[in-house]
Amino acid sequence: MISPAAGARFAPGDDVQVRDVEKEGHVRTPDYTKGKPGWIAEILGTFPNPESLANGGAGLPEKPLYKVGFRQTDLWGGYEGSPEDILFVDIYEHWLQPREHGEEEKQP
Amino acid sequence: MKRQPLKSKILRRRGVEHTEHQEIMKKIHDMGGRREEFGPIDRSDHQIEDWERLADAVNFVLNAKGHKTTDEMRRAIESLDGYKEMSYYERWAAAAELLVVEKGLLTKEEVEARAAELERPWGET
Amino acid sequence: MSENGHDHKHEEPRHDRSRWAARIRAVEELLVEKGVFTKEEVKAQVEYMEARTYENGARLVARAWVDPAFKKRLLSDTRAAAAELGIDASGPTEFVTVENTDEVHNVIVCTLCSCYPRAILGRPPDWYKSFAYRSRVVVEPREVLREFGLELPEDKPIAVHDSSADLRYLVLPQRPEGTEGMVEDELAALVTRDSLIGTDVPRTARETSRV
Repeated sequence: MISPAAGARFAPGDDVQVRDVEKEGHVRTPDYTKGKPGWIAEILGTFPNPESLANGGAGLPEKPLYKVGFRQTDLWGGYEGSPEDILFVDIYEHWLQPREHGEEEKQP
Repeated sequence: MKRQPLKSKILRRRGVEHTEHQEIMKKIHDMGGRREEFGPIDRSDHQIEDWERLADAVNFVLNAKGHKTTDEMRRAIESLDGYKEMSYYERWAAAAELLVVEKGLLTKEEVEARAAELERPWGET
Repeated sequence: MSENGHDHKHEEPRHDRSRWAARIRAVEELLVEKGVFTKEEVKAQVEYMEARTYENGARLVARAWVDPAFKKRLLSDTRAAAAELGIDASGPTEFVTVENTDEVHNVIVCTLCSCYPRAILGRPPDWYKSFAYRSRVVVEPREVLREFGLELPEDKPIAVHDSSADLRYLVLPQRPEGTEGMVEDELAALVTRDSLIGTDVPRTARETSRV
């Protein structure tokens, strides 16, 4: 059973945006999500930070992990499929920021 | 900002320039969405070889015994120069070797010496 | 192993006699000699993986189809549900089962490497680990499914799950119509390996979805 994350910053339903930053070393946030708008589908629990574990660190403090939903049409230009198609990615909290509404209008 | 395709010479993200080479070198394993580079999916299954089973098992046992983590393994695989040219289990074998050497369990020299011995045809001194 | 010329599509590397074969054997021998692990431990792990096939998943699905309470347990705690059927998936990784319904068809991928519920389903197929699948299924899932011979209605949403963190996913396909009279073993035989990943649907459901 995946336990809920205490002290998680986001809740299911929250609109979020993946932070658009470059980071050296091992990360588990796929490039195609960076800067993209999505929503919290689920809180998956807290897990040791893979970026630290990858270099032999203890991975502490643990980070809340979220199932983030993206509309495919928000991720890719010229997406050929249903506008209802979704892509879910499991993303660690420190890669997410709240999405201000009005942000989408700025995107072409 | 509209995302540029990876093939363009200069990628501009938030005012920082990267050459195409740098961008590819950096996160070669981060493959999602790179459809212009890859064609039809080969759906055949190759018969797994014994050394591949071994690569699989050695990795698992090293993890189970706490000598390395999955995350270190991923980091090691991602760092491989030959990532694109190597097969899946070659990457696992290479990454396992990289990590046991990094952690001082073995030296590269002793691995190479033993590998050379193992490759020598039977009867040859 | 790639072809000459520019703008070629990358082939998946295949090596008949890899130099890495000798190197991993060297690593194993040396680690045994140094007492890091034993040959028996390595052998036990090989046997552990060989014992695991997609048929474990087929059994989970078949049980879920006939037993709604089990289905709930499968969806809420996949590891515990697997244990009920004698499938030992203990270990640090978490498993999640996503359900295909009339409202959504699920497909699993790991774009960053090849995360897969190995402790339940065994080794993933080669194509799952391929660069072509990892790169394309997130951006053109319907195209990819077509390549696999699966055509979904345009208005049926597809949900792709990128296993980017510590969770491993498997798909619970929909039970095909006309199978009401079947017993569990017969139902399990309808479940293909690829239907547990989402690039296929169970047998007899295919006729309406086949390209």
